[in-house]
Amino acid sequence: MLYIKCPYCGLRSQNEFAYGGDGTVKRPTLNKEVSDKEWDNFVYNRKSPRGKHVELWHHISGCRQWIKVQRDTVTHEIFKTVSADKEI
Amino acid sequence: MSQTYRLNNSGQINRDKKISFKFNGKKYFGYEGDTLASALLANGVHLVGRSFKYHRPRGFFGAGVDEPYAIVQMVRNNETEPNVRATEQELFEGLEAKSVNCWPSVNFDIGAINNFFNKFLPAGFYYKTFMWPKSFWYRIYEPFIRKAAGFGVASTKYDSERYEHKYEYCDLLIAGSGPAGLSGAYAAAKNGANVILAEEKPRFGGSLLTSEVNIGNQSGKDWAEKIIAELKGMPNVTVKNRSQVFGYYDHNMLVMSEKVSDHLPRSKKFSPKQRLWYIRAKEVLISSGSIERPIVFGNNDTPGVVLASAAKEYLKVYGVLVGKKPLVFTNNDSAYETAIEFKKNGIDPIILDSRNAPKSEIIEEAKNLGIQIKFSYVVVAANGYKKVKSAQIAQISPDKKNLGKIEKINCDCICVSGFWTPTIHLSSQSGNKTKFDEKIDAFVPGKSKQNETTVGSANGIFNLEETISSSFEKGYQLSKKITNNDNKVSTPQVSEKKFTNHDKFWCVPLPDKKNLKRFLDFQNDVTVSDIELALREGYRSIEHVKRYTTLGMATDQGKTSNLNGLQLVSDVENKVVPSVGHTTFRPPYTPVSIGAIVGREIGKHSKPTRKSPIHSWHEKNNAVFVDAGMWLRPRYYKKGSEGLFEASKREAANVRKNVGVCDVTTLGKIDIKGPDAAELLNRVYTNAWLKLPVGKARYGVMLREDGIVMDDGTTTRISENHYHMTTTTAQAANVLSHLEYYLQLVWPELNVNVVSTTEQWAGAAIAGPKSRSLLQKLFPDKDLSNEGLPFMGYTEGDLFGVPARIFRISFSGELAYELNVQSDFGNFMWEKIIELGNEFEIQPYGTEALSTLRIEMGHVAGSELDGRTTPYDNGLDGLISKKKDFIGKRSLNREAFIAKSRQKVVGVVPLDKKTSIPEGSHLVKDASAKLPNPKLGHISASCWSVEYNNPFSLAIMKDGKNMIGKKLYALSPLKNKSIPVEIVSSHYVDPKGERVRS
Ligand SMILES: [Zn+2]
Repeated sequence: MLYIKCPYCGLRSQNEFAYGGDGTVKRPTLNKEVSDKEWDNFVYNRKSPRGKHVELWHHISGCRQWIKVQRDTVTHEIFKTVSADKEI
Repeated sequence: MSQTYRLNNSGQINRDKKISFKFNGKKYFGYEGDTLASALLANGVHLVGRSFKYHRPRGFFGAGVDEPYAIVQMVRNNETEPNVRATEQELFEGLEAKSVNCWPSVNFDIGAINNFFNKFLPAGFYYKTFMWPKSFWYRIYEPFIRKAAGFGVASTKYDSERYEHKYEYCDLLIAGSGPAGLSGAYAAAKNGANVILAEEKPRFGGSLLTSEVNIGNQSGKDWAEKIIAELKGMPNVTVKNRSQVFGYYDHNMLVMSEKVSDHLPRSKKFSPKQRLWYIRAKEVLISSGSIERPIVFGNNDTPGVVLASAAKEYLKVYGVLVGKKPLVFTNNDSAYETAIEFKKNGIDPIILDSRNAPKSEIIEEAKNLGIQIKFSYVVVAANGYKKVKSAQIAQISPDKKNLGKIEKINCDCICVSGFWTPTIHLSSQSGNKTKFDEKIDAFVPGKSKQNETTVGSANGIFNLEETISSSFEKGYQLSKKITNNDNKVSTPQVSEKKFTNHDKFWCVPLPDKKNLKRFLDFQNDVTVSDIELALREGYRSIEHVKRYTTLGMATDQGKTSNLNGLQLVSDVENKVVPSVGHTTFRPPYTPVSIGAIVGREIGKHSKPTRKSPIHSWHEKNNAVFVDAGMWLRPRYYKKGSEGLFEASKREAANVRKNVGVCDVTTLGKIDIKGPDAAELLNRVYTNAWLKLPVGKARYGVMLREDGIVMDDGTTTRISENHYHMTTTTAQAANVLSHLEYYLQLVWPELNVNVVSTTEQWAGAAIAGPKSRSLLQKLFPDKDLSNEGLPFMGYTEGDLFGVPARIFRISFSGELAYELNVQSDFGNFMWEKIIELGNEFEIQPYGTEALSTLRIEMGHVAGSELDGRTTPYDNGLDGLISKKKDFIGKRSLNREAFIAKSRQKVVGVVPLDKKTSIPEGSHLVKDASAKLPNPKLGHISASCWSVEYNNPFSLAIMKDGKNMIGKKLYALSPLKNKSIPVEIVSSHYVDPKGERVRS
């Protein structure tokens, strides 16, 4: 079970969190023309990298904040966690 | 016969407490401190079971976790438990156990015929034998495998025992309390670290319990006792026996199974049977020791063949002789301790040593004691069926390839030692890449991946002095790293006998023209020839060899067989062992009961039960409840002999005719506040929200980004910057996460706060033509006319002193209102509604009537908003704003979503107006068409229309728009029904929606 450092609450066990997918995906801004391909990439296409990966976790049984976590998908090592408004 | 193999005064058992127990129905006696194995051996019982595949007689091989075959079925406190190692089960008064894998009895076993037909049970026999003919599978092969396979029978009864989970955090977790573990624990504890010391056995001390060494002027055993006593007295130390650390998971999370009560006749009150510990440790010291491995020879599975270390443990810990004419067969010095122990207790052993005249202190001691030693000798085979009667021995050539003349020697047990295998399961599970140590022919931990350090013989160190000094040092260093303290205790002096090198010899060659079975894996009946066959058949990867032959599988996990198997593969393949590699070590190290894994999360406790504040009223009024997510909701209120069908029909009809009340507390409620609240709603919902006035509610649909409907509900503007959102019961949690996601990550610039208030408000829906009259009674001073509180209006009122929110919204399609009060007043509100509603013939209605009312109105709900449908599919086109953007809008242009033949929600009525259509039925053109019959749609929800008194269903159907009026069939192969139906509009009742506005 992972040990994730919530930027607000400190180190907490994985079972307090919900996984939220790829943390690098950017939603196209509202009211903007978006090509089929661009929209397709946003909604469906995700990379599954081996190694460092920035992902979202939701501290759902804690402070209810969405956070960004940089994790190695092979070793599960967590390098960094930041609040939702920051970039890794 | 009573304990004829028990010595008079050695051992660490309590001879003052005699214990009676039963094995296979026969009564025996043992002592407190015995295991089932030691007590049976004391009584001369060697035959405990039959082997897995060939049903050969099996006895005891080890004395603890290393035991591959003495697995029994336990009966304790009227409950049965399979898969218990007799070598680990402590004796208690009244214990009952049975052999497994034998029928009709352990002494006469029909399955043993497999032994004579063993050429039909070669490696991979599962894959080869049971393949054809196909028709044999169900009738013959499967029943045969079911009867023959496994180690015991699982109980079919409810387990009345209690199991607990515990979460713990510590600086240093130490797995194993042998000399390494004790040293590390002591040094770390004295340096102020929070330490958990776990020992799988009842007794602490590991090898110190059986070895002849001195530590700091004391015997090793006394030193261990002193250290444990001191550790137990320290506030920063937790010492646990009967506790197996069986799994090493990510981020230094380890799981330990503590057997709290398995050694007692029954669990004490308020005490669990077992406890599972989840331990997050800053550092882990793995001192799990090593397991002796056997030398492979002919018929080496005969009862009476035991590990030399086990024989020594039975002598020194339990005062039990595994035999009175022992043969000790070894390639190293450690087995000499076993021989010496026999000799000291008046038994004359004979040592067969595969080495050519080795010299060491302990060999000298054995010689001086007058023990007969035959160097360059090996055991070729054991003789005897149910028990060793004699052995065939021979001289062996220096290259270990040729045997001399076979001699027969009488003996009643063979104590075998092929050197030691470090227990590296935990290290390997942690991600540590192991490495092969040529000096000891075994794998040892390599570079640490997590915060773990392996010490002692688990790390391949078989010298006590080095073990103790390095473990003291590690304990000190690790604790210093964590606590920053610098209090170093001195390392005690150690005296031990020095051992000389072992012989790299593991398998005795077969004598000419003899085809003896030589077992590698005793638990799974895997022989040398099985592995050879697998390799001849082309299996190369050790992982494939394992699965094909079952080597190292099941509960044993290759504890005694792993390395010999690797040796064999490397010999045949002409490779060195490290390039063969080993199979992956996976948790659990030893079997863990399902009860312990589940813990307290059983039955009612497997998930929380959410009850509305009106729950006890429902109970008192004969509500029959249904699970709605975690909630319990009244499904219907039973009157007299009514069933679901009659009751829900009555309740729904009363709503259409008079007035009904439904507990809607479970609906998700989200409080939304902030200057940008309207903007958030406008982006989340598909329709326009910026112009909703204060005091008005609006129905809204929200989508996922892929254009699929996520949820629907009404949101009400309470005041300028304050909204009250409702969600469906099922989606409440997801919608909150959804809003938080967009507010925190996508549009952090929006100044809005959202919080769940589902549990803060109790809700009651009052529906029916008489609902306004009732509401007027509840709020006599308010103007509740159609003008005063129009459809989708909102106001606040005083309900006999309780502040209430009044919404004019409707799910039933009737004139209806929803009242919300603080949860604490929920029951008060409900009782007032019932009390004042009596004159209007009010009846409470449950979820079944609620469904009926919405289905015949054609209101879509969870069964249509099933995560696969768009708003267009659900006829919600009018709610899609053309002017603004919102979540998921871009996806709605997808080709498939706007295709002409796109699915649509429609109504379905059976032509006979009688036959209810099962939910899930398929709509087809031709009921008798060849399979697969092309499916036009499926029935999503069915009810009995109280308005028309006939069945009515909703369906999601291809090109639904153009299908109205068509006659089709609803097919339900599950219910074996084929019903002629007509497609109609989904809005079956009041299609213009006049009632809600009346
Ligand atoms: Zn948090």
